[in-house]
Amino acid sequence: MSTATTPTAAEAELAVQARQAPVRSQGYWAGVFKRLRRDPVTIACAAILLLMLLAIVFAPLLAPHDPYQGSMIRRLRAIGTPNYLLGTDELGRDILTRLLYGGRLSWFMGIVPVAFAFVIGTTLGVTAGFMGGRVNMAIMRVTDVFYAFPSVLLAVAISGALGAGIFNAILSLTLVFVPQIIRVAESVTQGVRSLDFVDAARASGASGFTIVRVHVLGNVLGPIFVYATGLISVCMILSSGLSFLGLGTKPPEPEWGLMLNTLRTAIYVQPWVAVLPGACIFVTSICFNLLSDGLRQAMDVKG
Amino acid sequence: MILYLARRIVYAIPIALAVGFVCFMLVQIAPGDPINAIVPPDAPADVVEQVRRDYGLDKPLPVQFGLWLSKVVVGDLGRSLATGRPVWADLRSAIGNTLMLAFCASGLGFVLGCILGGLAGTFRGSAIDRGATGIAVAGVSVPHYWLGMVMVVIFSVQLNWLPAMGAGPGGSSDWGWDWEHIKHLVLPTITLSVIPMGIVTRTVRGIVAEIMNQEFITALRGKGMTRSGIFLHVVKNAAPNALAVMGLQLGYLMGGSILVETVFSWPGTGLLLNSAIFQRDLPVLQGTILVLAMFFVALNLLVDLVQTTLDPRIKRA
Repeated sequence: MSTATTPTAAEAELAVQARQAPVRSQGYWAGVFKRLRRDPVTIACAAILLLMLLAIVFAPLLAPHDPYQGSMIRRLRAIGTPNYLLGTDELGRDILTRLLYGGRLSWFMGIVPVAFAFVIGTTLGVTAGFMGGRVNMAIMRVTDVFYAFPSVLLAVAISGALGAGIFNAILSLTLVFVPQIIRVAESVTQGVRSLDFVDAARASGASGFTIVRVHVLGNVLGPIFVYATGLISVCMILSSGLSFLGLGTKPPEPEWGLMLNTLRTAIYVQPWVAVLPGACIFVTSICFNLLSDGLRQAMDVKG
Repeated sequence: MILYLARRIVYAIPIALAVGFVCFMLVQIAPGDPINAIVPPDAPADVVEQVRRDYGLDKPLPVQFGLWLSKVVVGDLGRSLATGRPVWADLRSAIGNTLMLAFCASGLGFVLGCILGGLAGTFRGSAIDRGATGIAVAGVSVPHYWLGMVMVVIFSVQLNWLPAMGAGPGGSSDWGWDWEHIKHLVLPTITLSVIPMGIVTRTVRGIVAEIMNQEFITALRGKGMTRSGIFLHVVKNAAPNALAVMGLQLGYLMGGSILVETVFSWPGTGLLLNSAIFQRDLPVLQGTILVLAMFFVALNLLVDLVQTTLDPRIKRA
């Protein structure tokens, strides 16, 4: 309420006092971090993800070879070959280098669609949940339609129709996740809307936009965010899956799903080299999943 | 009750129509003229114009949708660009194979998930619980196409126990109930079952843990009921929800088996979709997606109806 009007002198003084006073009670986020610190699984996952992120960001410094430069005479070397630690692929390119570089696109395509869907889905879902009535009907009925497709099928359908390419893959994956986030955002918002402080804000003359900005968003963003972090794991599997089908990244660009696809022919020659990119997807995906579970528990989000 | 069921069925109709519209739009959003989805690119211009008029592609979009819909409801999904055969003819045998795989996988996933989830929910917080929850998280996080490749590496390449590809000996795509066919089914089924296994484990664990906390369980224990007696009570309470999850999983697997089918060259809808994408055969793509999506809509409806009928606690006006 106070943010809608200019703060009175008393309020300003209170704010100054609050800044100077030593922190007595724990804030919400301090509690969350305290709980997270006591959760070894979540910490381990966060550490693994951080290491991977650093590795792919600094890929040019870490990678021993050129990711595109192949050679016909050293094709499909085994794991542990000197100078080629994780072997080489069907075109003689160093696997370790390509895994490092490939992580960039795989992470990008695993996170960006969820981020887009988070922004779009939250906007639409909060609007639907807060406005109710016809707006709610319109948004939620359209959502129902996209919900009527299994997510893999929807992603494959849209990507398949639009054709291969990173942009199309991101577009189709965003479309897959928007309805899911809308549903969560709508139900959380409806829960908050009926609470007393929203009525109080409205009674004191706050506009709908102000109520959403000040009172609703702070309460709904946490649960939606936790839900979205859980989607990153799914998104990574799906986007790599699209590349695996030839619908995402195009060769020679390194990407884990596409590497898995091109190495599939090598499965009888160097089976353990061929499955390495998938192991990277698996580790990333399971870490994001466990991290999301840990966040959910630490932030005490239900559902 | 009957009113609710009737309303639920009526409510499914607009959803089905809208799903049809999305499938119709797939060809529209595809880059290039939709006419390219019907005639080969090297056709002469006058033939193209003729076909455009015959198919009504010169008419406004809503009219086109109506025309398309009137054909689809009588089972005319158009012809494949690659083979020239009716889409439905290829689709029919593919659906059988996909159904077969999806049924086996969701069945296996359901049984394993119920065992793991039941144990985890009963002994909450124990080592069994942690193990089962870990398996469940791994099950939903694993890229199943990769798991399929690992399976092939272990059981086909290294051990040479099971075939790596196809649905039957010599690349046959017709199913038969003999040992050779069953051997081909094993790896794809296990691979595809990890997703429903993970999800069912999580769900059943939650349901069972909630039921075990309820007072009537304490009351049953107090009056001296045996463990197996209590077990039956838990099963009866947990069954409707678990079955609903399992029903939906069957639908997800029907749509989601494309990646696993690609890995194992399983001659189902997924492989059909894959080759349609590869050859940009839009009628096949559209037809397959439409049928799979409709199947999912119908399954959703069925699950809802069965759940309402089975579970007297669900009272829906």
